[in-house]
Amino acid sequence: MTIRRGRGVAAVNYPTGMNLGGDPSQALVHSTPTGNFMVTLSSVDLGQGLKQVMAQICAETIGVKTEQVIIDTADTDTGPHCMGTFASRGTHRIGNAVIQAAREARQVMLEVAAEALEVDAGDLDTDGDGNIHVKGAPQKSISIFDTALMAHFKLGRSISGRGMFLVPRSYPEVETGAMKPSTCYAHACTVAEVDVDDETGEVTVISMKNVFEIGRALNPKMVEQQLVGGSWMGISHALYETTEPYYPKRDHAGTDFNEYLMPGPGDIAPTEIIVLERPAEDGPYGAKGPGEMCANPQIPALANAIFDAVGVRIDMMPITPERILRALREKQAA
Amino acid sequence: MKLAKSYFADQRTDDLKELGQGLPRSDVPGHVTGKTTYFADRTFPGMLYLKMVRSPHHHARIRSVDLSDAEKHPGVHRILTHKDIPHNLYTILILIQVGPEDEHVLAEDKVRWKGEAVVAVLADSERAANEAAAKVKVDYEVLPDVLDIDSALAPGAPIVNEHHGQNYYMYDSGQSRKVRYGDVEKGFAEADHILEQTYYSSPIEQAPMETTGCIVTPDGNDRFTCYTNTQAMFFTLDNTSIILQMPGHKLHMVGGTVGGGFGGKVDVTVEPIAILAAKLTGRPVSFIYGRYEEMQISSPRAAEKIVLKDGVMKDGRIVARQVWGYTDAGAYSRHSPYGAQKGAAHYPGPYTIPNVWVDTWCVYTNRTPSSAMRGFGVTIADFALEVQMDKLARLIGMDPLEFRFINAYRDGDMKAHRQPTTGAALIECMQEASRVANWPIAEKYLEMSSYKEV
Repeated sequence: MTIRRGRGVAAVNYPTGMNLGGDPSQALVHSTPTGNFMVTLSSVDLGQGLKQVMAQICAETIGVKTEQVIIDTADTDTGPHCMGTFASRGTHRIGNAVIQAAREARQVMLEVAAEALEVDAGDLDTDGDGNIHVKGAPQKSISIFDTALMAHFKLGRSISGRGMFLVPRSYPEVETGAMKPSTCYAHACTVAEVDVDDETGEVTVISMKNVFEIGRALNPKMVEQQLVGGSWMGISHALYETTEPYYPKRDHAGTDFNEYLMPGPGDIAPTEIIVLERPAEDGPYGAKGPGEMCANPQIPALANAIFDAVGVRIDMMPITPERILRALREKQAA
Repeated sequence: MKLAKSYFADQRTDDLKELGQGLPRSDVPGHVTGKTTYFADRTFPGMLYLKMVRSPHHHARIRSVDLSDAEKHPGVHRILTHKDIPHNLYTILILIQVGPEDEHVLAEDKVRWKGEAVVAVLADSERAANEAAAKVKVDYEVLPDVLDIDSALAPGAPIVNEHHGQNYYMYDSGQSRKVRYGDVEKGFAEADHILEQTYYSSPIEQAPMETTGCIVTPDGNDRFTCYTNTQAMFFTLDNTSIILQMPGHKLHMVGGTVGGGFGGKVDVTVEPIAILAAKLTGRPVSFIYGRYEEMQISSPRAAEKIVLKDGVMKDGRIVARQVWGYTDAGAYSRHSPYGAQKGAAHYPGPYTIPNVWVDTWCVYTNRTPSSAMRGFGVTIADFALEVQMDKLARLIGMDPLEFRFINAYRDGDMKAHRQPTTGAALIECMQEASRVANWPIAEKYLEMSSYKEV
């Protein structure tokens, strides 16, 4: 029995948004009487933190603190249309809608403040800390709190905005397949290192080094949670997971988490994440959608590392110890 | 995690205030202290539980259904059949004009996969619903089945789904979505080596912590509130409206925090029947998949078969790539025609290849319908493409990482689907990977850039 070490590389890209477009999302933003901001959506947070990133995008655009922004979402009676949370589209599509709505609301807010300060709205800026001031003259200022009160009770204005993002649908050309499938692409390159036991076929992932280019890390902590989780899922896809272990036969099908194989805590490799930022021209503050892409490169990187270690190619996912062992025996026999 | 700020620094202004900050998520304290509310945390007086009677066969004709024993079971309130569904034949993507309608909410004359819903039992408790479901007698005439891509496409194979008429989706481009760029035959003729390889995958479960489900309440004003963990609120509302022939204003979808989706909650499977049940009984209705249903009934990631044929030069240039991609959709379309098409646009991967020929097929078999999952149409393609890249590099005796630099796409390069590349960053990702993994590459590759030369 020998433990053999190998490493492999893979490089990928991934489209942001529903392929071929036609995937709209809308957002509404309004201020409360005391200058907090409500973002109304019908988008769904799947646990990835969509609400948090939308709050930060709205806060950045209006010029307030994130904690002053409340996200009201996932209710078809109150929220405007969103196509859904899938296709790596949440941050990009909904984020762009929130920016547009927040810009419109910010413009009204500045117009109200301009009236209070008796200046031109174009001369005003926010300090990001709850105040609006004349550019170059920070002492001439009014709080957003007072601005909102004035809008509500004195001027009768609604500090609000509407946002919409739509990529027009593209239909593939029948003969050539010419089409515009996406607006921007995220990228990745992963190097996987493994030990393979040539007696049992078992694979131990020694390290997973991932480089991701995602446009812009709008919340680096949340980016990290998604990319690390994705990298683990890649390992899981490569080495463990299937509902039909002997596809196309339908026996041995897993029906719960005892039978459906996934890596346990001890099977998770040391994971390194490096993020590059090349802002997307059409992304919200440059962001692309890395949600799906981040679970892909680990699979071929592991397949290539296993070949590097023991010299057999497993061209069928998942790469189980049984398949490795059978390939090793076949190679020996040849 | 490290932000490698030296790359693309000329394209960024690092002047953001609220963004670029790793602010704590506002919902996390609720999650980690068990205070977050999920849809299934709700209970309502008089709630009924819905349980499906499902096909034990891959393919069978339904001769008869006998509900008499089940209806007498204590606690049973009502049993729904296809006759109760106003528009029983549906397909989800009809909303974006991708037909034909090919799937029954509840089976009529046939079942086409093991697990297909036949009748829906409503009872006062989950236990009563399960017990009554076991008493429903369905008389089946078992039919020949096809369980994999190759047998489905073989001449004379049994037809899986009559609404398609053949065992593959018919695109406007024919039996597959096609991409044609350059001349692959010319490319193969020029190539120093040709490598043709076949890759396979089997179905994969999205495996969310929270299973698919919904709870519906009749609101007393002829409206229905549906608490659901769908990934797409209006997609669900609009499809429900079609299936139940009920105007959209009568429907109110309420989501919230979802316990993981990964694409498994994009199909519209539980809401229409549960809303119909609430309407017909006047009672709140709960329809929540058990773990078995989540694993074997809910759509998995498709099994795929991918054939790649490449022509490569000794100097490392790939001069032709031909692709045959097959998606095992199972018995019904769901989102698979879209997924297969997405694959067509993804090939030949992030590389600039002058001659590309792609055919992607959506194939019907007597299996659990597959549908969306994280990386839809792309994940298995990337497995095939990147293992193939490794094989090609070794075939010509070149370092696998350097081989990718030679072929990597850059700004301005024309892609096979005839869009110019913009915002490329593959080269820089590979440069950083070489550094972080101590994978040595020649200096000329470290000096490359994705930017278009002026």
